[in-house]
Amino acid sequence: MSENQHSTDVTSADQNTFADPGIPEHQHRRGDVDAAASKRAERQVVVLFAISVIGTIASLVAYFAFRPDGTTSGTRLSTLTLGLGMAFALLGIGLAAVHWAKAIMNDTEVSEERHQLSSPDDVREAAVASLKAGVDDSGIARRGMLKGAALSALALFPLTIAVPLVSSVGGDWNVSKLRHTRWEKGMRLATDPTGRPIKASDVTIGSVFHVIPDVSEKERSSGEWLSEKAKAVVLLIRLDPRDLHEADDRKGWSYDGIVAYSKICTHVGCPVALYEQQTHHLLCPCHQSTFDVADGAKVVFGPAHRPLPQLPITVDDDGYLVAQSDFHEPVGPSYWERLK
Amino acid sequence: MKALAARRHHRFAPVVLLLLALLVTGGVYALLAPSPASADSASTQDIETGKKLFQANCATCHGPNAEGSDTVPSLVGVGAAAVDFQVSTGRMPMAANGPQAIEKPAQFDAEQTSQLAAYVASLGTGPAIPTADQVDPAKGDAASGAAIFRTNCAMCHNAVGAGGALSEGKFAPALTDVDPRNIYQAMLTGPQSMPVFNDANVSPDEKRDIIAYLAEQHDGSAGGLTLGALGPVSEGLWAWVVGLGLLIGAAVWIGAKSS
Repeated sequence: MSENQHSTDVTSADQNTFADPGIPEHQHRRGDVDAAASKRAERQVVVLFAISVIGTIASLVAYFAFRPDGTTSGTRLSTLTLGLGMAFALLGIGLAAVHWAKAIMNDTEVSEERHQLSSPDDVREAAVASLKAGVDDSGIARRGMLKGAALSALALFPLTIAVPLVSSVGGDWNVSKLRHTRWEKGMRLATDPTGRPIKASDVTIGSVFHVIPDVSEKERSSGEWLSEKAKAVVLLIRLDPRDLHEADDRKGWSYDGIVAYSKICTHVGCPVALYEQQTHHLLCPCHQSTFDVADGAKVVFGPAHRPLPQLPITVDDDGYLVAQSDFHEPVGPSYWERLK
Repeated sequence: MKALAARRHHRFAPVVLLLLALLVTGGVYALLAPSPASADSASTQDIETGKKLFQANCATCHGPNAEGSDTVPSLVGVGAAAVDFQVSTGRMPMAANGPQAIEKPAQFDAEQTSQLAAYVASLGTGPAIPTADQVDPAKGDAASGAAIFRTNCAMCHNAVGAGGALSEGKFAPALTDVDPRNIYQAMLTGPQSMPVFNDANVSPDEKRDIIAYLAEQHDGSAGGLTLGALGPVSEGLWAWVVGLGLLIGAAVWIGAKSS
């Protein structure tokens, strides 16, 4: 204990520190010295319990009196009155219990001194000796075969948890799925969610169409569709061709001022669809990345790194808009294997 | 002041201050909150009167023949629907240049608005003002409207039409108190930042479905208080300030010694 001396014996060593004031004198509560106050506290607890009872009754009355009638306001009235009744029922019990404990139960103050955290030296030595005896008895140092078998069993067991976990979390590990979408050469562009194919002549200047691939009704109701749609959604916009600046290698990707861009943000994949018709800016609602549709959907603000991938489009013989091919790059946010 | 200073250490002083602050915030909001404008549709068409009105009130910016300029759009071919939308909601004539023309009390009555609309419609064909039947919420299918609204409108106007912010001071207005006729016209004409949703994109029936869905939102939420329906901002504010405040208050009360 000698090395702890300066921490336990500060006052004698340093005259500047103040003396331990000790435990303050016990203050009696009003209820302890005044019988009327004690009675009052008791009544307060009873009132709190009574509030709880009233809350319970109100909740039951509300359940029978305000049945949800199918309208919004009816449902709201029902849930609101039920909830308020329950809230007061529980609040009353809670407040009453705490008030009871604080004001009526005894208030004897108890102090406990802190004790040494480590065990006494002789107990520690005994524990170490006992462990050593166990190791010697098992003979793990001498019996190599036993040691190997035990370690193998212990090391292999976690596989029973790790293998199913990793395999189900990962789903499948086919990352090439991220490179391709449902779009293919000649596939018509259709409106989301109604699935009507879109004629180029219907897309007036300033129009925005939310687009999905024109697949069969059957495919659209299949379980796979949501994953496919999540990759394939496109925003179709017609600008005045004079406002449109196109890169040389993409001159043939638009049709008469109509451009189609992936709706999946290249930052973390939110649907980018807040289009400002006058500035031609396209905003992502999640992190305010802003893309300039008039200039190849380049990033003009925000955390996105790459322009939105463009879907090359043209028209078929009936005047409907069709895709020339799939996107030329993976849509959406970066991933390890994207290499760009 | 002395009496006040003596009480500033009172144990209820923080509570009184908090209530005062909430009251002032609420009061200031109530004073500054925009008041809704209303307008009725009219039928009389007097192109000549409309032209005179136009030349007196609109030609300064849009030009004597509504041809526009580099910075001001031409009104040839915008149609009666665009004029009725802009004028009946008070957006036009603009009071001042700003990020966008904002809604204010209409400057013209219904008859003058229809005369202006008739004049502009005579300059070139454009979308007409929808009939009462086309915008009747009772005839639309709110469920179909919800699906179309979610895809086409919700990203700017919020899932229940509570509005939202755009860039550089522009915003998508709340649709809660907008006349169904104006909702229809906005989709048809694409005013300001809003893109056009023509009849090939969102068919007239689907437009009425959207109006029905928005009308349904007037009842509020079945779940209780919507807190402005602004999502994590207002909900987080309540949870952190009011919810956590109550929890801290309860913890302090439980821990305090009874007097």
